[in-house]
Amino acid sequence: MTAKTLYDKLWDAHLVKQRDDGSALIYIDRHIVHEVTSPQAFEGLRLANRKPWRVDSVLATPDHNVPTTVTERASGVDGIADPVSKIQVQTLDDNCDSFGITEFKINDNRQGIVHVVGPESGACLPGMTVVCGDSHTATNGALGALAHGIGTSEVEHVLATQCLVAKKMNNMLVKVDGKLGKGVTPKDVVLAIIAKIGTAGGNGCAIEFGGQVFRDMSMEGRMTVCNMAIEAGARAGMVAVDDTTIEYVKNRDFAPKGDDWDAAVDVWRDLVSDEGAHFDKVVEIDGAQILPQVSWGTSPEMVVSVLDAVPNPEEESDPVKKTGMERALEYMGLSAGQKITDIHVDRVFIGSCTNSRIEDMRAAAAVVKGRQKANSVKEAIVVPGSGLVKAQAEAEGLDEIFTAAGIQWREPGCSMCLAMNADKLGEGEHCASTSNRNFEGRQGYGGRTHLVSPEMAAAAAIAGHFVDVREF
Amino acid sequence: MKAFTTHTGVAGPMDRANVDTDMIIPKQFLKSIKRSGFGKNCFDELRYLDQGLPDQSCEGRPLNKDFPLNFERYKGASILLTRENFGCGSSREHAPWALEDYGFRAIIAPSYADIFYNNSFKNGLLPVILDEKIVDQLFEEMYAVEGYELTVDLEKCQVITPTGEVFAFELDEFRRHCLLNGLDDIGLTLEDADAIHAYEKKLKEQSPWLFNAIR
Repeated sequence: MTAKTLYDKLWDAHLVKQRDDGSALIYIDRHIVHEVTSPQAFEGLRLANRKPWRVDSVLATPDHNVPTTVTERASGVDGIADPVSKIQVQTLDDNCDSFGITEFKINDNRQGIVHVVGPESGACLPGMTVVCGDSHTATNGALGALAHGIGTSEVEHVLATQCLVAKKMNNMLVKVDGKLGKGVTPKDVVLAIIAKIGTAGGNGCAIEFGGQVFRDMSMEGRMTVCNMAIEAGARAGMVAVDDTTIEYVKNRDFAPKGDDWDAAVDVWRDLVSDEGAHFDKVVEIDGAQILPQVSWGTSPEMVVSVLDAVPNPEEESDPVKKTGMERALEYMGLSAGQKITDIHVDRVFIGSCTNSRIEDMRAAAAVVKGRQKANSVKEAIVVPGSGLVKAQAEAEGLDEIFTAAGIQWREPGCSMCLAMNADKLGEGEHCASTSNRNFEGRQGYGGRTHLVSPEMAAAAAIAGHFVDVREF
Repeated sequence: MKAFTTHTGVAGPMDRANVDTDMIIPKQFLKSIKRSGFGKNCFDELRYLDQGLPDQSCEGRPLNKDFPLNFERYKGASILLTRENFGCGSSREHAPWALEDYGFRAIIAPSYADIFYNNSFKNGLLPVILDEKIVDQLFEEMYAVEGYELTVDLEKCQVITPTGEVFAFELDEFRRHCLLNGLDDIGLTLEDADAIHAYEKKLKEQSPWLFNAIR
């Protein structure tokens, strides 16, 4: 038998039909839905008089528009001050109610960011195909699943047919061996990968993250890495199943139990790339060389280590890249040669589908403990990824560590990652952010985002500027 | 879905690489529950000098006179000429909705982000891939000649310049077929309902846990 990659196995297992024109029908096991990319899909179903193929495969929760202050959240949907956001969340509730779809509504304690809720609840499992109208769906690939973002037309297509029309992607292996240094996190690993391969490096590919660094990494760390596969251009990122995966899934709410569990584990154990399987593209990185990372520009590939300085466009030979760098420096209000540790931050955001899980909360709290937010930092907020993460953090007293330091502890949601709710940057403000995109205006009109790990963000909140968390 | 066969129109520039979908349509406009009306906010943060709000009329908003698509010569542009990795970032289909509603029928670039590329076809918007050197040449010609018009022919898979120079492009036959005929791909997939049912039956026997209800 030909040696297969993990992606080959997942693809083959879900192939419903290979068509003559090169396209294929792929069966979808789990469909996660949020309020932003679904209303037009439900409307489409209604207009065509169609019904969801399998409602029990769909799980919905509102996340992008939900407010994160206790006062606004107190009265649920009615408490959403922005009328346009309110209509969108209400529309999701109405659609789920009328089609019979399970939804973790705004004040359900299981509500949260879709990509946190999926794995946490056990709704997303190893070996599944998972889609959601959201590019960060790749997060679920950490489970050894084929997970990727789709557009709204495809959301409608999956609702109506349980399938996706797809073409097989190329296999790409990103191998990080060695041992990470102290203070170097999964976020630093993925930022270093994107810095190396570029934001288009994974276009047309499904990336498998392999090597010792990922074997040693926790599930939540793997989720952080797979989450940002899309920032490297790849729709899907994944990590092979091992004991860490199985342990993580065990006893989750929707995970199989009893005999089903044993049978499932047997199947899942095979979710690894075979020895000698062919990858179309291989990138190798030495994990020991990775340092804490900070983005300086307006693309997730514009990243350097905390010990570096802002790069000089004059040293770039590609004219398109050079203009891009010049524009980024102008937007960011930075100059070439400026030390990263000299960049002052106005706001700090710890949260998002990249870094809002319990380990992220713990890591940030460990840095903050016993210290005070710098006065020069206008606001620092910690936004847990779900109601369950929030409850766990509070049980461990992490909320008190943050609030004692002058850092706000918020209600779960996407929040300032994309600023669709009230949490946003002001014009020209620099933000140390644990999110995934530093695009112009992403966190607020004219806002300046620096992507970092939770530890680095927490340290910046205390120091008022970027610091090397390893020496903090 | 809107069909696309051939289109001739003025080319307009978006002369930068890695144009992300936040740039094409900023997040505040994603709160809409409709799929139309995004054109006036396409490239909002580059096109206007003030900050745009949802449900706001754009009449009278201060235009950024330095933004090329606002130049008189590119008014009514229906073919967007741009650089590599266009449409990266978020999966929002609002990006092709906005471009289409603005009046673009085709885009020409050396490469696209995967999800954006896929989404465009669902909306009658043709993303053409041409070699970087050819795109460079088209940019030069467009900057040199006012009213520079291109023809994008999907039947022949060709881009034709005003001087009659022809550049062939490639794309998947499935996508080409659907776009040429404006096919509803849900209807098409449902023709295979039997195959889906059969697959599902087998899957349920092999992996029953995949069908556990989530409540």
